[in-house]
Amino acid sequence: VQVELNGPLRSGAGGAASVDIEAANIRELLERLVERFPDMQAHLDQGIAVAINGEIFRDDWTRSIPPGAEVVLLPRIVGG
Amino acid sequence: MAHDSSYTGQDFKVVGNRFRRPDGVDKVTGKARYGADAFAPGQLVGKILRSPHAHAKIRKIDTSKAEKLPGVKAVITAADLPDLTGKNADLRGVLENCMARERALYDGHAVAAVAAVDEQTARKALKLIQVTYQVLPHVTDVDEAMKPDAPVIHDYIFTEGVEPKPSKPSNIAKRTEMGWGNVQAGFEQADVVIERSYRTEQTHQGYIEPNACLASVNPDGTAELWVTTQGPFAYRNVCAQLLGLDMAKLKVTSSEIGGGFGGKTHVWHEPLALALSRKANRPVKMVLTRDEVFRGTGPTASTSIDVKIGATSDGRIVAARAEMRYQGGAVSGHVGHARLHDRIRLLRPAEHAVHRLGRDRQPPQGGCVSRAVRADGRIRRGEHHGSGGQGDRHGPGRLPHQELRAGGHSGALRPEVRADRPRRHAGCGEEPSAHEGPLGRNQGRGVACGFWFNIGGQTCSDLNIGQDGTVNVSVGTVDVGGARASLAMIAAEELGVPYEQVRVNVADTASLGYNDTTEGSRGTFSSGMAVIFAAREAIEVLKDRAGKMWGIDSDKVVWENGTARAVGHEHDNLPPLSLAEIARKSHTTGGPIAGHNEVVADGAGVAFASHIVDVEVDPETGLSKILRYTVVQDAGKAIHPDYVEGQFQGAAAQGIGWALNEEYVYGKDGRLQNPGFLDYRIPGVLRPAVHRHQILEIPNPSHPYGIRGVGEASIVPPLGAIGNAIANAVGVRMTHAPMSPVRLLAALDEASESAVSAG
Repeated sequence: VQVELNGPLRSGAGGAASVDIEAANIRELLERLVERFPDMQAHLDQGIAVAINGEIFRDDWTRSIPPGAEVVLLPRIVGG
Repeated sequence: MAHDSSYTGQDFKVVGNRFRRPDGVDKVTGKARYGADAFAPGQLVGKILRSPHAHAKIRKIDTSKAEKLPGVKAVITAADLPDLTGKNADLRGVLENCMARERALYDGHAVAAVAAVDEQTARKALKLIQVTYQVLPHVTDVDEAMKPDAPVIHDYIFTEGVEPKPSKPSNIAKRTEMGWGNVQAGFEQADVVIERSYRTEQTHQGYIEPNACLASVNPDGTAELWVTTQGPFAYRNVCAQLLGLDMAKLKVTSSEIGGGFGGKTHVWHEPLALALSRKANRPVKMVLTRDEVFRGTGPTASTSIDVKIGATSDGRIVAARAEMRYQGGAVSGHVGHARLHDRIRLLRPAEHAVHRLGRDRQPPQGGCVSRAVRADGRIRRGEHHGSGGQGDRHGPGRLPHQELRAGGHSGALRPEVRADRPRRHAGCGEEPSAHEGPLGRNQGRGVACGFWFNIGGQTCSDLNIGQDGTVNVSVGTVDVGGARASLAMIAAEELGVPYEQVRVNVADTASLGYNDTTEGSRGTFSSGMAVIFAAREAIEVLKDRAGKMWGIDSDKVVWENGTARAVGHEHDNLPPLSLAEIARKSHTTGGPIAGHNEVVADGAGVAFASHIVDVEVDPETGLSKILRYTVVQDAGKAIHPDYVEGQFQGAAAQGIGWALNEEYVYGKDGRLQNPGFLDYRIPGVLRPAVHRHQILEIPNPSHPYGIRGVGEASIVPPLGAIGNAIANAVGVRMTHAPMSPVRLLAALDEASESAVSAG
């Protein structure tokens, strides 16, 4: 899937605005992202959210990613 | 067991009714036990000595005289709270916020604390503690803090999120950028481009119940904390880490809560009470004064915002860019940055966020400001009202992947927010909206939409069926707005029993698995999901037990209307068994009957609210009076409509207070000038802020009942709506909130002088 990176997350991927990762679910996506871009680990540790086709997931890494889905990684937003 | 959380569209019998609240009698008769209402044998009174300076080096603290005072059992300083946070910078910030270490970082920062046999002795002891300060330069304004010559508060903060990485420390903790699309191309398509700068001031959450707790630590490392909090599990985890306790040995029990609104999501004085108790080896009760609540807890971020929005002549937004600078307080730590007004304490010196949005996308953040800018653009074209999300929304299905999915939200609000059409408002009497017809002199009408980023999170619930057939439900989310009633209704709905047969309790941290804090409007959404699944597990047990009572397999048993019924031609003549009949025999069929669920309740979706307000401005005093106020908000499914309406009213009242009155006023010395409700005015119940409300029910596709969080979305629109109404009334666009009489009068005078100069 093509993964769009927002804001400061790009620095973890060498400045790339988007990267292609083969992943069937969020866990695979994040693991393979860190394998390829170790600097992403720091961003993941700070908190991250994943939007799949516009629906934002913060905690459930078991969510599957349908083929052709639009996937966006966002810095996790806290508070409330 | 995995459960499908998709919306199913089931018909409801219990949900949607307005049952009597389970906590109502206790609260109106004074029996409800809040943070200050716990007592323990031998308890001491804890008091905190606070810094009178906005920024000062602590050269020396001499506690010897206080320690010798008869009746004083413990005195603590930062030395009694060694840094156990490792490399966790956020936790280090929490520790530093609880008790000043080398420096006092704000007026009201705790520098020492005492535990004594009574309050008089504790107060006397505070006066005997001698602190030698060296006053340092301070800064409280976000724009001032970001200037190159500003006093740098922490030499270890190097701005994150910028390239190249800074070589010098600054007060800018982090820069975050989010966006979508080609912004420049969008602006090039625009017929109208509006740019404005806005400021909002620090506000407090304004809860009536002061922060309070009763802490007891034993020599064997076990401990208990009774506390008013929105998150007992978070308090347990943080306090345990700060004090070096085992999480399992610290039991935190949340009291009834007299308001929190995000201000009771983080620990403040609680670690100090635990540290005092540990040192004194006696329970310590600590109740903050109102002055302490204002100076030592809470406030939201003040902001400075530049926003630019481009639109085509037919009203379509084609580009938007906003730069938001958030003042997050003096201590590094928990930061939320995406909303114009977040109600959590923002602890970093400054947060710098940029949001850029390309064509055809509604800005999800900074809603109040962007609404004001957008209304400006419309007024220029002669459209003075009805500007709330009517012309610039996407049609349903348009750009489906480029929106935050909200379960059919797109366009659905459009017909409901028309300020110029009479509407009948459910729950508010069968009368048309008052927002129609001509307005009088100095009166104006404003509309605004608001957005809130709801969350779900980790959740856990137990459901236990008693032998008389009554049901106990334990949840780990604190009831801040009526969740106990709503969750009882959900359990009753699933089990097919009357609402009155179910009792919901907020469990302590030793009795239930971890639950995230009740924040982000998540309580009923997430615990509702867990209760549904727990009830469904209990139903499976009930079917199994009924099968045992009949001597048939459980797959020949169905659950209908609160009874087990045998199916199949061999068994369908068996009389149904009620839940109570099955429960009564549970000791012979396998023991207690229970259901349990743990879930990560993702899929909360987002929340939208639209507000309409009519305002009258007194040009002599600058006072803005609200004539009519209507809230329209999507609840997904209103489990208990009374509570949903209460949430609408409470959130809107908070936003109205922030729009018109509430602000922290600092002196030149950086000390807070108005730490009390006399000088920090909040809307009260004697004069209701909201006159009408309408609940929309557009189901959340990611919740079995379609629930959306409702607690916070209505905080956002009042600033934009009231700003638009004032502009509509007197032709002055306010760019600094709160739009208090002093500020509005100055703006009117300035406009008048400009008109004279121009004339």
